[in-house]
Amino acid sequence: MTERLDGRQDPPAQKVAGGASTGPAETPRTRRRLGPSPAVAIAFLLPAALLLGIWVVYPIVYSIFRSLFDATGEEFVGLGNYMTIFTDQGMLTTIRNNLIWVVVAPILVTTLGLIFAVLTERIKWATAFKLIVFMPMAVSLMAAGVIFRLVYEEDPDKGLANAVLTTVHDTFSSSQGYPEARAREGDQSPVAAQDGAVVTKQPAQAGQPVLIPIVGVKPELLPADAQTAKAPAAAGDGVTGTVWFDFTPGGGGQNNVVDGTEKGLPGMTVEAVRNGEVAATATTAQDGTFRFDGLAPGSYTVRLPQSNFEASYGGLTWLGPTLITPAIIGAFVWVWAGFAMVLIAAGLAAIPRDALEAARIDGATEWQVFRRITVPLLSPVLLVVFVTMIINTLKVFDLVFIIAPPSVQPQANVVALEMWRVSFGGGNNQGLGSALAIFLLILVLPFMVMNIRRFRRGVS
Amino acid sequence: MTTATTTAPSGASSGLESGAPRRGVLSKLVDRVGSGAVQVVMVVLGLFWLVPTLGLMVVSLRTNQVNSAEGWWTIFTKPAELTIQNYANLLGSGFTASFWNTVAITVPTTVLVIGIAAMAAYAFAWMEFPGRDALFLVVVGLLIVPIQIALIPIAGLYGNAGIFGSIPGVVLFHVAFGLPFAIFLLRNFFVGIPASLLEAARMDGAPEWKIFVSVVFPLGKPAIASLGIFQFLWVWNDMLIALVFANTGNQPMTKYLQSQMRQFGSNTDILSSGAFMSLVIPLVLFFAFQRYFVQGMMAGSVK
Repeated sequence: MTERLDGRQDPPAQKVAGGASTGPAETPRTRRRLGPSPAVAIAFLLPAALLLGIWVVYPIVYSIFRSLFDATGEEFVGLGNYMTIFTDQGMLTTIRNNLIWVVVAPILVTTLGLIFAVLTERIKWATAFKLIVFMPMAVSLMAAGVIFRLVYEEDPDKGLANAVLTTVHDTFSSSQGYPEARAREGDQSPVAAQDGAVVTKQPAQAGQPVLIPIVGVKPELLPADAQTAKAPAAAGDGVTGTVWFDFTPGGGGQNNVVDGTEKGLPGMTVEAVRNGEVAATATTAQDGTFRFDGLAPGSYTVRLPQSNFEASYGGLTWLGPTLITPAIIGAFVWVWAGFAMVLIAAGLAAIPRDALEAARIDGATEWQVFRRITVPLLSPVLLVVFVTMIINTLKVFDLVFIIAPPSVQPQANVVALEMWRVSFGGGNNQGLGSALAIFLLILVLPFMVMNIRRFRRGVS
Repeated sequence: MTTATTTAPSGASSGLESGAPRRGVLSKLVDRVGSGAVQVVMVVLGLFWLVPTLGLMVVSLRTNQVNSAEGWWTIFTKPAELTIQNYANLLGSGFTASFWNTVAITVPTTVLVIGIAAMAAYAFAWMEFPGRDALFLVVVGLLIVPIQIALIPIAGLYGNAGIFGSIPGVVLFHVAFGLPFAIFLLRNFFVGIPASLLEAARMDGAPEWKIFVSVVFPLGKPAIASLGIFQFLWVWNDMLIALVFANTGNQPMTKYLQSQMRQFGSNTDILSSGAFMSLVIPLVLFFAFQRYFVQGMMAGSVK
């Protein structure tokens, strides 16, 4: 008795302390004499077996049969539903999207997770960083979807993504756009339209102010800092002038004259052109005035180039048909990068420091250490993360359903969403739905086999 | 290792060709600049992960008029626009019922999964019966079965049984699909319980259910905590199963909010405040039990 109690202690007791980790496939067989009868084992297994049998195993079998019948389930159609999956135009878009997902998302998540795991080792606030990046894991994909619907809002005044993009863009090019604005036309007008640009009819002379009346400015595009236009003061040697919105709100006012209540148009690019070449460039001030200094004597045509009349940069249409899948993949990466980071960081912590130090002492650069030692030693963890992400991308549903606006859903579609749509979301075709479910199962089948094999080998 | 010891005395920390004495200063400089760059990059990345959720929070605290006029970041200049009106409105809407439905679905599911999976896991870990290992491999295989496979068959089954749309139907579906992971996690943990403890109890003639309740279950607490939090979050956050199996009267928060998505612009108040409400409890759980959360995740993914 005692020697049994004190004897072999397998599996090692450290497992209890070390948390749940994958154990060996074979459990010890030394307690045959003392173990309960198989009947007791069956009693313990019965609830789980019933639930798994009815809710998981039976549906697989049923779905295989159901996928061979038509929408109503009355007519046998053979592989017809599967043919539909691979021939229907909408379905092909769906499969193409899934392909993009599977190729792009796991690589992005694994790479980011690796970078985060390596970089967190070099900062003091690593715990805070990990918590922040890991947090989306606790949030529902539904909430994450709402979060990113707000981020991807197209109006740069409301959507964060485009607000950042336009800010960065405007830092490098500061043109204020006035789309649909145009020169006031007519014989009295000092300016005329020419190839999308606005040019003065008469050559400008030094000391003679240039008037450039513009109409058709959308009130909402008039900058908040625009001031009342000033008639240009004739300056000694430079060419000066005013670009203004030649329109008096509420009526009144004279055409082609700066009336004193009309607004200047700030941020316009103005060019002085001589013999077809741009001799100088200026930008209008808040009151619409501009000034060319140091021009060589002569006569110039003053031109507002076409770029002034193009819409200002408004960012990207994230939720449009072209960018919708990359946009949703962005949200997916946001959700899962923390998972990858934590798993890889754990793998990183398990790498013997000696190996890294030895390499460094041997003269390897940090990059070489990373490339030749860290990554190869991490490869089992990287594979686990990568495979988990492939499975997750194949099943992706909530994010697409929530983020893609209804009108763009056909372009954003994925198999898991199409399965729901076809069978419950109005399609009412359970034959095709079953075929899609089986298709999804077949896609994850290789990973199922892989899991079983890895487990049997006891590799973990 | 031999090369390491031979080169070590020279004090060289890198294999650059430049002179040995200056290398130390240079590499220190590179390290400092590099670490500064790392800090900056990490701050930017951290903001990328933090700011979207922050945005949701601010949007949920402003009226629709304000939200449709300007971005949430203007709050830094106009803090007076903050209001809890959206949350007050939420209380009077269908959201409140859906919150309690979420609770009514999540809590029983978590308890049932833990109980049923622990029993099965104990049998797999410490009982002898024919076909045990093969059966466990089936469980491993079922780990990644897509939920989609069961939607149509179980909808039919529930229709015949008259529980389609009901909370018990949703709960049972969740329990079944939670079991493979739960059994896998707990069995791997139970296997590590020292054999001596179980044998002592068995030789004292204690019945198996008593050993399970008084020995295995208490010893398995860390794993059960991991599983519990994981399962809770999974069910709390589910949308697909709710979409199919919960009718409007029994719908959880995710389905209720989804039904408001169609008019995203005019429903931003409900959606933002509702989405934020739905993630408060998961976030509290996450911060309180993150250790268990991480453990469960690791154990579940290292297959």
